[in-house]
Amino acid sequence: MITTLFYDGSFEGILTAVFEIYARKLKHVKLLPNGTYSGAMFTDELTIITDDNRARRVLQGLTRKIASAGVQRLYAAHLAEILEEDNPIVGYMRYVFDNDKNIEDDYGNRYVLRISEIVRMVRREKHRMEAFIRFKKLKDETFYATVDPDFNVLPLILKHFRKRYADQKWIIYDTRRAFGLYYDLHQVEYITLDFSEEGVGKSIVSKYESDEGIYQVLWKEYFKSVNIGSRKNNKLHLRHVPKRYWKNLTEKL
Amino acid sequence: MDWDRIQEKLQILADAAKYDVSCASSGSKRKNENNGLGNASNGICHTYTEDGRCVSLLKILLTNHCIFDCAYCVSRKSNDIKRAAFTVQEVVDLTINFYRRNYIEGLFLSSGIFKDADFTMERLVRVAKKLRTEHNFNGYIHLKSIPGASDELMQEAGLYADRLSVNLEMPTEEGLKLLAPDKNRQDMIKPMGYLKNQLILHTEEKKLFKKAPMFAPAGQSTQMVIGATPENDHHILFTANHFYKSFNMKRVYYSGYVPISNDKRLPGLNTAVPMVRENRLYQADWLMRFYGFKVNEIVNDSVPHLDLDIDPKLSWAIRNMQLFPVDINKADLQVILRIPGIGVLSAQKIVKARLFSKLNWENLKQIGVAINRARYFITCNSNAFERRDLTGTNIKQFILAESQSKYLKNKPSQLSLF
Repeated sequence: MITTLFYDGSFEGILTAVFEIYARKLKHVKLLPNGTYSGAMFTDELTIITDDNRARRVLQGLTRKIASAGVQRLYAAHLAEILEEDNPIVGYMRYVFDNDKNIEDDYGNRYVLRISEIVRMVRREKHRMEAFIRFKKLKDETFYATVDPDFNVLPLILKHFRKRYADQKWIIYDTRRAFGLYYDLHQVEYITLDFSEEGVGKSIVSKYESDEGIYQVLWKEYFKSVNIGSRKNNKLHLRHVPKRYWKNLTEKL
Repeated sequence: MDWDRIQEKLQILADAAKYDVSCASSGSKRKNENNGLGNASNGICHTYTEDGRCVSLLKILLTNHCIFDCAYCVSRKSNDIKRAAFTVQEVVDLTINFYRRNYIEGLFLSSGIFKDADFTMERLVRVAKKLRTEHNFNGYIHLKSIPGASDELMQEAGLYADRLSVNLEMPTEEGLKLLAPDKNRQDMIKPMGYLKNQLILHTEEKKLFKKAPMFAPAGQSTQMVIGATPENDHHILFTANHFYKSFNMKRVYYSGYVPISNDKRLPGLNTAVPMVRENRLYQADWLMRFYGFKVNEIVNDSVPHLDLDIDPKLSWAIRNMQLFPVDINKADLQVILRIPGIGVLSAQKIVKARLFSKLNWENLKQIGVAINRARYFITCNSNAFERRDLTGTNIKQFILAESQSKYLKNKPSQLSLF
């Protein structure tokens, strides 16, 4: 019998689900977010209620069996928001607990391999955001950027931008997921902005500093000047800078 | 500020600097410890030009005025082009403002030579010093060392820059004499030698005093123009190898000659850029640096040219068929690295994964091995393997037949007779 587990989509939710799997000695499971339809008729269904205490116990269990970098990889895989019924994160955690030795390098196992693929995709997106974010300077000296990443990578790029731009205020806003990061010269906070007509978001980001336009022009000019026409290779260009990122890239506008 | 003039200068001086192919911004470890601006610890390409090259740094010349007349260079004295020069402050402002908007990882500053070597080098150093000391800038700085600059200036440059480089320009001394009669190979090699000694000295100091100041933490690199002079790949790779071994170079760059002049000594204006050859040279360079190949295994007196149809590793393998097939579940990492179709990451994964269970074709494919090339050279946990006694030439034909080279514009096709 397959048991379908419904969870709230959080990482703690997945950890709690793994706890339930062992507490109830479940064998075959599917993991779906709350509100989705499992589609099958003859299955048991169970709604997981995220429990911080249980989640912590599973997390501690994981850190005893795999390296902490390995646990971070699972978190990164979770940020991919990939919905697969045979959830690779759950599969991976079960494989960890069912084995005596550390299985992190067992690429012959499909969950281990799948997680390594997902982590690679997420890390690539993270890296792309570190590269493709373009700040615009607002009147109040804050540097503002909008992004639309394939995966929820803001939690992963936070550290990079805090370290790099320690002496300027900045906002990175994920337009798809409607939240952002705000650094106020001391710490980074998660924020949401109201972009409706009368919302503050719109009025904040519409006021650019006077030099802003000039530097955008200079950057575009630079981008054009470094190109070597006789080496044109559009296929390679598009592979490195896929079109879906262009809307936030100053030089491609 | 006169923005139109700045824009025009940027056009001219970025255009003149673009033939310098290096754009690496990795290899340094400068942290943002002063709560200032930026760090230089991770190579990031912020965008890519339409020719597919990474744009990581603001790569410009301080000026394209030059007293030299090197045939292969757009900025040569005799070339009738617009000339311009940035002031030190202009370069600093551009760098800071580009960096704050996350356009770039830092600055790559080179220059035409005006007056003399030291005068030019002093200006370059002044830009770097200003960025570091007045603007708390911790981003990446790559300074071009001007051949013939004094040791004192090189020393100061090393204190502010992450990487320093002197371009060799031509792979051999004869090539340089032919195309750049004003330049002298010794003037290029001298600063390289000085830097090498300083870098070694500094590593020793760092062991003793943790707080010893940084000296060009990303080391030094150099560049050669390929295809402007008649040197073959044998010459080029042996030269590169010499600089890796004797001067602790971090990188040697190969720049396919882009025709820019109708000088009789150079390939004509309508000659194609040797992009395939350049690509094969980089592949060979990678084999030397990451795959444990010795330079004479890749090119030697009997094999003076790299094969343009296939990559140098495959080309080495089909010359050495007696070493194959290799059992993927038993061979050492060093041996696996030499199998065509297997990269460094795949090789490392194979060695780790086989401790858990023996690997078969499916596992290898999922790990990322290019089976279409590797299958002629390996056996794994499967009864299916290449049993025919194929010669190297056979294998090359099979592989070429089923792969579509990105460089092969006109696919060979059979004539249809009816």
